[in-house]
Amino acid sequence: MPKNPNVKRVMVIGSGPIVIGQAAEFDYAGTQACRSLKEEGVEVILVNSNPATIMTDRDIADKVYIEPLTVKVLEQIIEKEKPDSILPTLGGQAGLNLGMELEESGFLKEHQVTLLGTTAATIRNAEGRQEFKDLMERIGEPCAASKVVETVEEGVAFTDIIGYPVVLRPAYTLGGSGGGIAHNRTELEEILENGLRLSRVGQVLVERCIAGWKEIEYEVMRDSAGNCITVCNMENIDPVGVHTGDSIVVAPSQTLSDKEYQMLRTSALKIINELKITGGCNVQFALHPTSFEYCVIEVNPRVSRSSALASKATGYPIAKVAAKIALGYTLDEIRNAITKKTYASFEPTLDYCVVKIPRLPFDKFITAKRTLTTQMKATGEVMSICDSFEGALMKAIRSLEQHVECLLDYDFSALSKEELKQRLKVVDDQRIWVIAEAIRKGLSYDEIHAATMIDVWFIDKLAILVEMEQALKTRKLTPDLLREAKRMEFPDSVIARLTGRKEAQIREMRHENGIRAVYRMVDTCAAEFAASTPYYYSVYGGENEARKTEGRKKVLVLGSGPIRIGQGIEFDYCSVHATWAFSRAGYETVIINNNPETVSTDFDIADKLYFEPLTAEDVESVVDIEKPDGAVVQFGGQTAIKLTESLMKMGVPILGTKAEDVDAAEDRELFDRILEETKIPRAAGGTVYTAEEAKAVANRLGYPVLVRPSYVLGGQGMQIAISDQEIEEFMAIINRIAQDHPILVDKYLQGKEIEVDAVCDGTDILIPGIMEHIERTGVHSGDSISVYPAPTITRPVKEKIAEYARRLAKALHVKGLINIQFIAIGEDVYVIEVNPRSSRTVPYISKVTGIPIVDLATEVIIGKTIRELGYEPGLQPEADYFAVKMPVFSFEKIRGAEISLGPEMKSTGECLGIAKDFNEALYKAFLGAGVNLPKYKNIIITVKDADKGEAIEIGRRFEKLGYTIYATRSTAKALNDAGVKARKVNKISQESPTVMDLILGHRIDLVIDTPTQGRDKSRDGFLIRRTAIETGVNCITALDTANALLTSLENASSKLTLVDIAQL
Amino acid sequence: MKAFLILEDGTVFEGTHIGAVREIISEIVFNTSMAGYLEVLTDPSYAGQAVCMTYPLIGNYGICRDDMESERPWPDGFIVRELSRIPSNFRSDITIQQFLEENGVPGIAGIDTRALTRILREKGTMNGMITTDENYDLDAVLPRLRAYTTGKVVEKVTCREKYRIEPVASLEQNGPLSGAARFDREAYERGERESRPALVKELNGKGLKVALLDLGAKKNIARSLAERGCEVTVYPALTKAEEILADGPDGIMLSNGPGDPKECTSVIEEIRKLYETDIPIFAICLGHQLMALAAGADTHKMKYGHRGGNHPVKDLATGRVYISSQNHGYVVDTDRLDPAVAVPAFVNVNDGTNEGLSYTGKNIFTVQFHPESCPGPQDSRYLFDRFIHMMRRETSSCAEGRD
Repeated sequence: MPKNPNVKRVMVIGSGPIVIGQAAEFDYAGTQACRSLKEEGVEVILVNSNPATIMTDRDIADKVYIEPLTVKVLEQIIEKEKPDSILPTLGGQAGLNLGMELEESGFLKEHQVTLLGTTAATIRNAEGRQEFKDLMERIGEPCAASKVVETVEEGVAFTDIIGYPVVLRPAYTLGGSGGGIAHNRTELEEILENGLRLSRVGQVLVERCIAGWKEIEYEVMRDSAGNCITVCNMENIDPVGVHTGDSIVVAPSQTLSDKEYQMLRTSALKIINELKITGGCNVQFALHPTSFEYCVIEVNPRVSRSSALASKATGYPIAKVAAKIALGYTLDEIRNAITKKTYASFEPTLDYCVVKIPRLPFDKFITAKRTLTTQMKATGEVMSICDSFEGALMKAIRSLEQHVECLLDYDFSALSKEELKQRLKVVDDQRIWVIAEAIRKGLSYDEIHAATMIDVWFIDKLAILVEMEQALKTRKLTPDLLREAKRMEFPDSVIARLTGRKEAQIREMRHENGIRAVYRMVDTCAAEFAASTPYYYSVYGGENEARKTEGRKKVLVLGSGPIRIGQGIEFDYCSVHATWAFSRAGYETVIINNNPETVSTDFDIADKLYFEPLTAEDVESVVDIEKPDGAVVQFGGQTAIKLTESLMKMGVPILGTKAEDVDAAEDRELFDRILEETKIPRAAGGTVYTAEEAKAVANRLGYPVLVRPSYVLGGQGMQIAISDQEIEEFMAIINRIAQDHPILVDKYLQGKEIEVDAVCDGTDILIPGIMEHIERTGVHSGDSISVYPAPTITRPVKEKIAEYARRLAKALHVKGLINIQFIAIGEDVYVIEVNPRSSRTVPYISKVTGIPIVDLATEVIIGKTIRELGYEPGLQPEADYFAVKMPVFSFEKIRGAEISLGPEMKSTGECLGIAKDFNEALYKAFLGAGVNLPKYKNIIITVKDADKGEAIEIGRRFEKLGYTIYATRSTAKALNDAGVKARKVNKISQESPTVMDLILGHRIDLVIDTPTQGRDKSRDGFLIRRTAIETGVNCITALDTANALLTSLENASSKLTLVDIAQL
Repeated sequence: MKAFLILEDGTVFEGTHIGAVREIISEIVFNTSMAGYLEVLTDPSYAGQAVCMTYPLIGNYGICRDDMESERPWPDGFIVRELSRIPSNFRSDITIQQFLEENGVPGIAGIDTRALTRILREKGTMNGMITTDENYDLDAVLPRLRAYTTGKVVEKVTCREKYRIEPVASLEQNGPLSGAARFDREAYERGERESRPALVKELNGKGLKVALLDLGAKKNIARSLAERGCEVTVYPALTKAEEILADGPDGIMLSNGPGDPKECTSVIEEIRKLYETDIPIFAICLGHQLMALAAGADTHKMKYGHRGGNHPVKDLATGRVYISSQNHGYVVDTDRLDPAVAVPAFVNVNDGTNEGLSYTGKNIFTVQFHPESCPGPQDSRYLFDRFIHMMRRETSSCAEGRD
């Protein structure tokens, strides 16, 4: 069927801010789909509140609205833009839910807008728990015994019939929010209560526990003619019980015979056909490990994290094909973009093995429980490709950038055999390391399988790796042994460690014996057809398919690896734009990256894509083949920056700012010298290695002080210490990982935090704008609300900032991007830190100023000057819009995580509020972040003593807005004494009703709770904050944030003005 | 032990020996299925060939004897990247290594199977030798390789005597209707193998007698008919048409099989006689090619054939595309096909080659791919229902196969 001629203007809904369970994969899918739609001459109107995305670029869509994703806003945009269709299946669960709400209210029909891709009835059948179950029953596809309940009592009664344990899944929540497994009545009641509230429709599915079964997924495509294919199947190494987003996943399935494989494939096709899905769909099965019994777990009638993984694992562009299907094409009309010979109506076949490992945020939330459940906790993931499972696993492990290179690196050797048996039952992110130790200690496969339910095939593979460790430790390192170790992708560093040699010796021995990585192509067809798409992965042994290309100048772009708190999608945005800019300038581009969720790893972004770990050794192997003329590291975050020195050793010139200048910005002494030369003040401080030294410096400076490691991103390990005791605590945490660089201790200055991103050509600097943080210093810049143009600082201060930026960039010989953070106290400006590289705010400032700074930085790196690029150097005129970047957190997903804001970054994503009026921009930003007040007009205030004065003014403003204020004893007293009416509530330790009961009673809109210092988990404040977050109550931990929220509430209006970013 | 794979063009791959210790010369082909190595090994169509699996990890789930498509493996040799050291599946009886040894099939592991596949793709299917002799003499080997032909392999793989397969008496015999089967370890130990969920929803073939000409038939062809209630009689390939017709079948099924169709001269003769009757005929793979030859069409050898489980075929009657299981090195030439004899019914979406024929004015339709799957997708199993409709002389074409 050819393209539907009635589709001319399509509105695409994005997925909003990055949160756990909904991440960069939707930018990848959305970008691919928008490009696919535009290719067909369709006009695209894009709505997404997330400014850090590529899909919100003006060259991806025709109209770009970075507006809050609410039904009201979408209705307004539809009224304004009058699209003929809307595509809701690209924006994750958020997009799908919005599409459904628009459809259900009749708004779409009223405005003659067609829902493209999949019909509302289909979505209801797939997403509504009861509808789905009924449908499965009707077509004879089994589901686990289950019942949709709307009350706790109903759930308890049903569980009494089917027996414990049961799994609880709230309807219409993303990443399985609020779900879990209940083993007894107490757990059941607790999880159920929470889940019922989080569900958009107040429903929770109570179902027979099938934990321990194999979890198998199929990615399926169907067109409007009813043609169906499966793109790929995947097997979760972690059996049912761990969310697939938190599982180690392998593609294709490894332990299924053809009978099981086809049984589930046929079932998946039957389901997608019955649901009449047009586009992509993900079907998850639980397969009994010792029978043919299976259950359909769930179906996602949209692109998903799994579909992004399947696309990258196979080379089949699911989102692109889904977009074409939405336009009316059938699968046999859409060409396979990889082979260019075959069509989309075929099934990819793999001649390699793919392993995905989730990136979990426990390094950020050290108090959080590491346990993995049906509630997803991962912020990102890495993927690796190899021709053996062992190799793929080893590559994936080192791609994580979590200081692990092999199965020895989480050390459980102190545990006895008995202890290991117990430890194996713990389901967490270190489980495969525990299994490896269990193998070393001689536990049998059966024992390990019984405790973990992980298939023995995978256990045996881990055993093969353990045996190789042993061989390297005990046997003579012959070329054959080395070859075998490399085939299993043991990095040189690990081989060196195990054989007691130096890494360089291993490398030399490899080269002497011709043991080098070769590259194979991902071609969707196992070499059956010739393919021209240069998408490569490495293996040891065999033929090399990657050919060194010559002619054009060649640049190597290093990606940013897995998405983690502190290094998010922004860096992929920068890498992709830099790649495009190099390409436009006539360069041949080569990307190395290992993140399957991102745009940068789409096969048609760079001229060549190497899907590889980002370690020096892996990069060197690529360099050996490609021999690039230079590499850029300034766009790929800390991951790429860390490779600078190694690249120089390989003889690859670093394009842009030189490595020694990057060092000068990070090295305390060198940097101090530069500040002296340029006469720029900074907070006093010193560098230390030990707690003793740290205490000495702190006492010299006087508390409070800021403690942080150097060379990190996202303020990892950064803390404000107020006492010697805290210094000891924080130093211990930082020094858990051996530090290559000294730790910085600075005097903590309280003032306005200012941030600047700029492009420097070595002489001139271009500053698109100055951003001001709402929260005063002490809150990490990534967690602060950031406003452009800076609203409260004076013109002279702005000029001083621009001047300091100019001096710094020049002194550091910056060529490309620079990011500087300042503190402004009155008319004084201090520098906090300088990063001669891209930053988290680059996409945001580019979009709101309309100055494409990554493109400009790339041109500058190539050799153009700012003037040649048509820009007048210096601080650019301010836009007549206010743009507010609001951090978004995923605290509810991480049990036990401290939510209070501090110098260490905790947010997972961001959204934008943009308007002519500052208050409206602020309101939009809060709305986009999901703060939608009020419902009940009840708030709780509990602040530390130092904040009581400011809290009074806040209380007064809330009172004026008609809110009822509840406060703990001393806060209540302070408020009441100042004439602000506050109801006193008991602390947790006192008798009921306490503040906890109040929160659990679901009548509270907001908790304002400023934490006392320290990381003590048992304190009341911690419990209050966790309870608020876990019950879906907004919680603010900084008074500046509360003031901003008040401002936005005081100025809230129902009708928002819409801003098309593409017109700015 | 070291092993070598020597190709006709002089390429030598060095790997590790697997399976039985034996030197073989055979035609080297590759199969792109990611699962189903046992079904591939026991497909008689591979007689006279050595199979290279493009998926690198083979043997992961061991050997489940229930899944064998014939009584023994047929390839002369087996070529893999890596053979799993342990089998892991609840039904696994033995390891693949044991299976290959037991059945005298030699093989080679640890070679770059992708490089081999690329050679076969670029240069076309060629002959090769698997040997453990480190002192092989290339000059002596290559002429032997070039001289090799698969020969009349159909006669080697067909059954010796005709036999009958009882139809199932009730739907339950086919296994549970959904995936809700439970594994009974004790029953399994007793030898009672659990059935898979059934795909058949009715015994629409009850009372129909089908004659299956075994040209190297995979078991699932007969099973697909028997599970629909048909009574199947299997005949050796060289059975005279008269003998088959004398048994009074309601329909005739021509199976898959190995080798060059044009070498099956005597079988073609007999098929021509069957063609002349008005008994409904359904043919698969080699059967499809032989029927075409019998009706006067031509076949030719493809560069490297279709072997795998991901080939899209389009049903020209409905426009629908199905993913099919395939294993063939020859194809019917549609250029010189007389539309008065037959018209294309299926076409391969990838390369446009013929995948099925509908015989003009006849109750005959034939397909190049494998609707019986095993291994591979089950999408086109509806064709067995279409055949049953033909035998019942029903007008409805049963075009759509999906449940």
